[in-house]
Amino acid sequence: MNDFAFDFHGIRLHARASGALWWPARALLCVSDLHLGKSGRIARRSGAMLPPYECHDTLARLEAELDATGARSMICLGDSFDDTEAAEGLAPDHTAWLRRLIAERDWFWVEGNHDPSPLALPGTHHARVTLGALDFCHIATEASGEISGHYHPKARIALGGGATTRPCFLIDADRIVLPAFGTYTGGLATTDPVLSELMGRDALAVLTGRSAYAVPMPRRQRQSA
Amino acid sequence: MSYFCAMNRLPHALIDWFGKRGWALHPHQQAMLDRAGDPATLLVAPTGGGKTLAGFLPTLAALTAAPRPGLHTLYVSPLKALAADIRRNLSTPIAEAGLPIRVEDRTGDTSYTTKQRQRADPPHILLTTPESLALLLSYPDAPRTFAGLERVVVDEIHALAESKRGDQLMLGLARLQSLCPGLRRVGLSATVEDPPALARFLARHPDRCAILTADPGPEPDIAMLDVPDRPPWAGGGGRHAIPAVLDAVRAHRTTLIFHNTRAQAEIFFHHLWLANEDSLPIGIHHGSLAREQRLKVEAAMAAGQLRAIVATGSLDLGIDWGDVDLVIQVGAPKNVKRLVQRIGRANHRDNAPSKARLVPANRFEVVECVAALAAVRDHDLDGEPRGPGPRDVLCQQILIAACAGPFDADALFAEVTSAGPYAALSRQAFDACLDFCATGGYALKAYDRWQRLMQRPDGLWQLRDPRAARQIRMNVGTIQDTDTLKVRMRGRGGTPLGEIEEGFAATLTPGDTFLIGGEIVRYEALRELTVEVTRSHSDRPRIAAFMGTKFATSTQLSARILDMLSHDDWPDLPGHTRRWLHLQREMSRLPRADRLLIESFPHEGREHTCVYGFAGRNAMQTLGLLVTGRMEAMGLHPMGFVASDYAVLIWGLDRLRDPAPLFQSDNLRDGFETWLKGNAVMKRTFKAVAHVAGLLDRRSAGARKSGRQATFSSDILYDTLVRYDPDHLLLQITREEALKGLVDFGRIEEMIARTRGRVDHVIADHITPLAAPLLLEPSKVPVFGAAQERLLADAAARLIAEAGLPD
Repeated sequence: MNDFAFDFHGIRLHARASGALWWPARALLCVSDLHLGKSGRIARRSGAMLPPYECHDTLARLEAELDATGARSMICLGDSFDDTEAAEGLAPDHTAWLRRLIAERDWFWVEGNHDPSPLALPGTHHARVTLGALDFCHIATEASGEISGHYHPKARIALGGGATTRPCFLIDADRIVLPAFGTYTGGLATTDPVLSELMGRDALAVLTGRSAYAVPMPRRQRQSA
Repeated sequence: MSYFCAMNRLPHALIDWFGKRGWALHPHQQAMLDRAGDPATLLVAPTGGGKTLAGFLPTLAALTAAPRPGLHTLYVSPLKALAADIRRNLSTPIAEAGLPIRVEDRTGDTSYTTKQRQRADPPHILLTTPESLALLLSYPDAPRTFAGLERVVVDEIHALAESKRGDQLMLGLARLQSLCPGLRRVGLSATVEDPPALARFLARHPDRCAILTADPGPEPDIAMLDVPDRPPWAGGGGRHAIPAVLDAVRAHRTTLIFHNTRAQAEIFFHHLWLANEDSLPIGIHHGSLAREQRLKVEAAMAAGQLRAIVATGSLDLGIDWGDVDLVIQVGAPKNVKRLVQRIGRANHRDNAPSKARLVPANRFEVVECVAALAAVRDHDLDGEPRGPGPRDVLCQQILIAACAGPFDADALFAEVTSAGPYAALSRQAFDACLDFCATGGYALKAYDRWQRLMQRPDGLWQLRDPRAARQIRMNVGTIQDTDTLKVRMRGRGGTPLGEIEEGFAATLTPGDTFLIGGEIVRYEALRELTVEVTRSHSDRPRIAAFMGTKFATSTQLSARILDMLSHDDWPDLPGHTRRWLHLQREMSRLPRADRLLIESFPHEGREHTCVYGFAGRNAMQTLGLLVTGRMEAMGLHPMGFVASDYAVLIWGLDRLRDPAPLFQSDNLRDGFETWLKGNAVMKRTFKAVAHVAGLLDRRSAGARKSGRQATFSSDILYDTLVRYDPDHLLLQITREEALKGLVDFGRIEEMIARTRGRVDHVIADHITPLAAPLLLEPSKVPVFGAAQERLLADAAARLIAEAGLPD
């Protein structure tokens, strides 16, 4: 079980163990929150010099997913770059790598809060992308049929004495929230009130990692009276 | 010349003050006065031998003979509380003898305005901690603050030398010595195994450092506590001894009851209180209790209101609490030196022998306690030699130097190598640390524009952005706080009770009860990083998980135990333990120092293998991980293991036929390299190293974030570095640290060298006497790898089924 297949608004989708969403009927791959250029932005803003390898790592994993699925379309769901300056300041070899990936398919950039303005890179730039019944945007709204990112959800599961925390998809009847795909990204626990309020009662969390596992979304512990 | 004469004669006012109290100088105190002009002196004296006063006498003499403004003496201690305590103790004679001397302390608890004032107008004697000193040195006005400084007194230097705090302090002293070339150093230490090594640590390299040894006093009165009930087979609580401990408390004025872990102290205190029918006033003290709680206990103790205190290492040091006349150590002491230091907490006022009693918490600890008693009698102290100064501390020192102002790399290198721990540091290693601070030190040069330090045209190094100094100062220090949450009683202004680990808090659901500060409380809610609780009447509380150190039995003590086991009989041991060892010899064999005993036997449908390595808990845990890894590769299906200080017990589906290949050193070492990279211990160690070296901030200028998706785990950084930059400086440091700390591979190598492939494999029909207690040990480790994925898949399927969802 390397991915979790499910029906959403009548469409068969796959939540992949990598954290990417795969729509086989349209050969479309969707990832969220790549945060390319994060280490550079942190250095610029705070002076901390983190290992500058996350861009390479994120692009390598993205390419592996594109190769594995043979995707003909690609949607990046926002926060693809850590900020506008990061997009412009990408190392030349990373820019070339990204351009090569873009050239091989239709490429949609959805804007995020970190990267709201159009990019110098090829591909089309959108506030949201609607394909049939599905609506792709960065931050979830009240609307039904939305696929979004932004929150970097992660779930914690108890395993006989210990516990494991993994980035996860959140899925209910109305929306899907993708985990962050970028290497240097943290997560917001599914027990956080923001996510507990956003997602419906029957929401599933699909844990990512080596394989994808669906569990009922772990929620905030209810306070006893 | 006249100056030194003044320093070795006490002022008349002080002599009179001494006289009124009937005190006379101890020989070691006079010796300190006589050596006042030496560049460095180490005084080794038992607790309460008046060693702190000895450290200050030359200062009192000099300042009285030639009063002058400005800082004269700096005192550094490992505990804030100790600095405050010393201030009170010094202030009395100074005030009553009318000496013209001002004494102040400066710690994390000192107010901002006082700190500001102290930098401009320092007292004659400033009492502080290594971290506060490092901070003072990070300000550009440090030369003015320390102008005129003549002496530095390092108290409890043996304790500081055990951690990176000591390395940081010695780098700080090197800096001070550059500012004040005539600075003289004094170290005050409890009894240690290798005073010359401690002297080299203290002195400016290559200055000589005299070692003064105070009269150790009479031999301690130390024995096993007479407990009628037998100790249990396993566990560490010592509950069986509670009636005997209460009898002992009743028979003495004040008893200190030491435990090895905070959790054990909590459980013991709880049960002690339940059995305390006379309502004797008894308190508890450990590092996870709220400061208010600890202060309350300390005040009650000082006022003589308590008959006993249940304590952990938090009371190992310092604070002088007169009236203790009995020390009880519950659980094996693990380490002879610490036992001797704890014993010294009793009866140190008069010249009476210290009295201490040991309570082994389980059957094997009986053997260890008897071995430890013999070691105390033989004055055979243990201790691992101190390694060279760690490079992450050096990185922090470079950043601190940059905060104080532009520096010259050659001069800083010369200064750093004058510190004992860094005397052998190569220029190449120094330059690598400087490069890390300046550019991140990555193989990929990515930060040319954002370097943290840059070299000016005149060759000096400075911060690229001077505002970075604030962030660096906020992260000064080498103490690692674990992620903890505060615990408070519910309601407005609820009493703070202490702290629990975030990991433990995450396992609690409302209604769960746990023990803290001897109280049973009920978990109600988590509000803004504080755990809210109410009082509970549950009689089955869970135990809060405290990080606390898990000590491993020292190499020397393990060797003594192995030696004992080689005897034909054990007349010193109680009958139950003696019979147990004889039974082991009949059914199997007893472990020997020069051979590795391995037993295999079936038990409850599983094949078990027990390896008696006697390498201490941490190393045995590592051995368990390594051996199960190899067993999995051999298709033996290991399922889990449990480690103690003396053995590791492994269980699985298939029987081990030939253990010899498992324990060949090449096999173990190869497996170790691969295993080490992905190990959780490495990730935890990396986080600590990254904090100390300044790659990650422990504290940032803003408040702690509530939505945490912006921060990501240091594990990700570790994985990234391992993949893309495996030779990076921080990975080198991480590896060094892990090897000697939690991984303790050095002791596995020692075990291999001692047994040299001489393996005795005993195949038994059922569990052996010596292996039996291991089955009762808590903290069993399941074997993961593919297994964790399987567990996760099972858990997911179960949760889905429970929720009634279609698969």
